[in-house]
Amino acid sequence: MTGVCQDEIITMQRCRRGSPEAFESLVNRYMKDAYFIALGFVGNREDAMDLSQEAFVRAYRNIKHIKPGRRFFPWFYQILKNLCISHLRKRRYRRASSLDGEDCPEVAATTDCFSPEAVAARNETKDKVWQAISKLDAKHREVIILRHFQNMSYDQIAEALFCNKGTVTSRLYYARKRLQELLGTESGGSTHDMP
Amino acid sequence: MTCHDFKDLMMGYLDNELSDESRRRFEEHVAGCPECAQELKEFKRLKTITDEVTLVEPEDRLWQDYWNGIYNRIERSIGWVVFSVAAILLTIYGGFRAIEEIIKDPKVELLFKAGLLALLVGLAILFVSVLRERLYFWKRDRYKNVRR
Repeated sequence: MTGVCQDEIITMQRCRRGSPEAFESLVNRYMKDAYFIALGFVGNREDAMDLSQEAFVRAYRNIKHIKPGRRFFPWFYQILKNLCISHLRKRRYRRASSLDGEDCPEVAATTDCFSPEAVAARNETKDKVWQAISKLDAKHREVIILRHFQNMSYDQIAEALFCNKGTVTSRLYYARKRLQELLGTESGGSTHDMP
Repeated sequence: MTCHDFKDLMMGYLDNELSDESRRRFEEHVAGCPECAQELKEFKRLKTITDEVTLVEPEDRLWQDYWNGIYNRIERSIGWVVFSVAAILLTIYGGFRAIEEIIKDPKVELLFKAGLLALLVGLAILFVSVLRERLYFWKRDRYKNVRR
């Protein structure tokens, strides 16, 4: 997904000189990744579309600040992640300000409002997994998103998160442990009970 | 190596990220450690059900309009900046001309002119003070060079 290539280096140079066409080609290359990562963070399609586009707008405004030779995606990922986390914070604040989770009663007790419609070919198990992912904290949720939904390698995840592979491994371990707990608690048993 | 060390290899094993040598060592350990074998089994089950969750792909129309949405936002934000700068410049110019006329007008009382000038001096002091404070904190911002 984020392989180093001469083409991207040239495109980035053109972007730094202010070429919208060059930026459009970067958008076309990464828009699906951006959308699905945002969807993994915020859980509903409208917000994911809006936040991923806003992240590209901010990237366009700041692209001249990227050091030459640096890759676009890890830098862009930080912008997108910060936007999503900020959005979640505002959403939680709004919900806390209202009386309770009336606007999202099915997951009022959870941390975030994940729409089940975001999942393809839904069934009970997938819905439970999706809701369990919504309850992970941000640093655990992001490794699950990048690994499972984006199919990124540990090296690519480490580059996007500005950490080493050991940290990625450790976060994945604890994220999956937490997922097991959540699924176990929710189903009244454990992942053994699942098909 | 302890079980804890092998737990670090477990994720790599699950995700096919281990070298042949590490994979062989991990498999040897699991063959002789029922606890790790059980944990691995549970993680495999979790990975299988998590991998089955795929997200709905938006309609093609949305992808076709995606760049237009971004371009419109960029264009509008530039429009707002130009509009704001022009509005500020025109307000300053209009205000300056209005004040100039009031000051030059002999029919306006001296007390009103003095009050107006004092108001302007006060505003200027407030503006400079806020600007200086902002500059002070900006220069000492430890995070201003955070890697982008």
